[in-house]
Amino acid sequence: MRIIRANEILELTRRLILDAEFNIGVDVRAALEAALKRETAQPARLALEQILENQRIASEERTPLCQDTGMIVAFVELGQDARVESDAEGGFEEAIQAGARAAFYGGYLRASVVDDPLFERANTRDNSPAVIHARIVGGDRLRMLVMPKGFGSENMSAIRMLPPSAGREGAADFIVDTVRRAGSKPCPPTIVGVGIGGTFEQCALIAKKATARRVGSVHPDPRYAALEDECLARVNALGIGPAGYGGFTTSLAVHIDHAPTHIAGMPVAVNIVCHASRHAEGYI
Amino acid sequence: MNAIDIALPLCAQTVAALNPGDIVRIGGPVYTARDAAHRRMAESLVRGEPLPFAIAGQTIYYAGPAPARPGQIIGPCGPTTSARMDAYTPQLIKAGLRGMIGKGERSDAVREAMREYGAVYFGVVGGAAALIARCVKRCEIVAYEDLGTEAIRRLELEGLIAIVLGK
Ligand code: SF4
Repeated sequence: MRIIRANEILELTRRLILDAEFNIGVDVRAALEAALKRETAQPARLALEQILENQRIASEERTPLCQDTGMIVAFVELGQDARVESDAEGGFEEAIQAGARAAFYGGYLRASVVDDPLFERANTRDNSPAVIHARIVGGDRLRMLVMPKGFGSENMSAIRMLPPSAGREGAADFIVDTVRRAGSKPCPPTIVGVGIGGTFEQCALIAKKATARRVGSVHPDPRYAALEDECLARVNALGIGPAGYGGFTTSLAVHIDHAPTHIAGMPVAVNIVCHASRHAEGYI
Repeated sequence: MNAIDIALPLCAQTVAALNPGDIVRIGGPVYTARDAAHRRMAESLVRGEPLPFAIAGQTIYYAGPAPARPGQIIGPCGPTTSARMDAYTPQLIKAGLRGMIGKGERSDAVREAMREYGAVYFGVVGGAAALIARCVKRCEIVAYEDLGTEAIRRLELEGLIAIVLGK
């Protein structure tokens, strides 16, 4: 049995969060550069140039890409042949929380979390807690995907329990409509993560994970790949454009993931991520 | 770049000369305020108390910066979604607010108040936070320090590129 120390998990969490906060993926950057070549109007070009310049400054100065450094979401897969041994902070979950706090203090992140959502809404002051989604898998490694999430775009996300009869068109219409209603609030150009199928909560989870797929990658199932292309074309025909200034680039990608679902249902979840699409993955 | 230079605080003539789509370069003082600060200001107005700064002619920037590192004036400080402040904005415009900087669409009520009282709404690029921080030359907390990032700060801007989204 392989031993994984809680402190290693803490350090991995801290490192991945800061990497995500300071450095944009090369895939997103390439897509933005391609968009700049396409756009002709001055406001759209200005927005894209500022976004690219901001990314350069952030990684050079190791400063967050956006002031909304987000709520920390961690997807963790723990191999069943590994055992987590506690350290000073505690075990598995405590280590992730401590890693998120260490990133908060060390990276000068913003305290963006309130404790009670409805009544006091008092700021927790250290951006805690992180949201943890953990699974037990084969092997003896621990794999972690962190996705700090800002709420300009999170707030524009939606889920609908569509009937099976809604079919392909119903799903596509809901996706496009969600992006249309979001307008310029989620800081376009966005990445649209879509979950189709599963149960209510599973659908939302796969939508969220789909946002982290590499921009430019093609869905392995040609039917879904075609649906992604169609939705992206429709979304970009909305004319919202970079920063909402008008243009051809409202989204850089539509990523769909799907899961088996109930005979009576076809849930569709749409999770929107801004151009500051922050995620980082690593393992122990 | 072809940008119109704007010196804050705004005067009626400056506002009158602006058109939606104009690209501007903004300099001068703004006050940051977002969700919690707006709620408090609205409560003050209801109680007939003075606002924490003299709002007549001033500009609010919808932003909650990240903390500054040692030696920095301010941390990354891009705009937040203006629409969340829509419920409070018409009364602030009525109280004298003349400019707003943020991102995203505004409600009909806000657009009407802007027309009626001669106010203007500028958009800056959401998520361009590290770039925008470079335009901040001074930063001091003026009210609601307990709100952390949501406190009202007075920023001295220089060369902030924005676009007129409405007036
Ligand atoms: S939506 Fe994204 S880029 Fe825009 S303010 Fe929020 S975190 Fe920043």
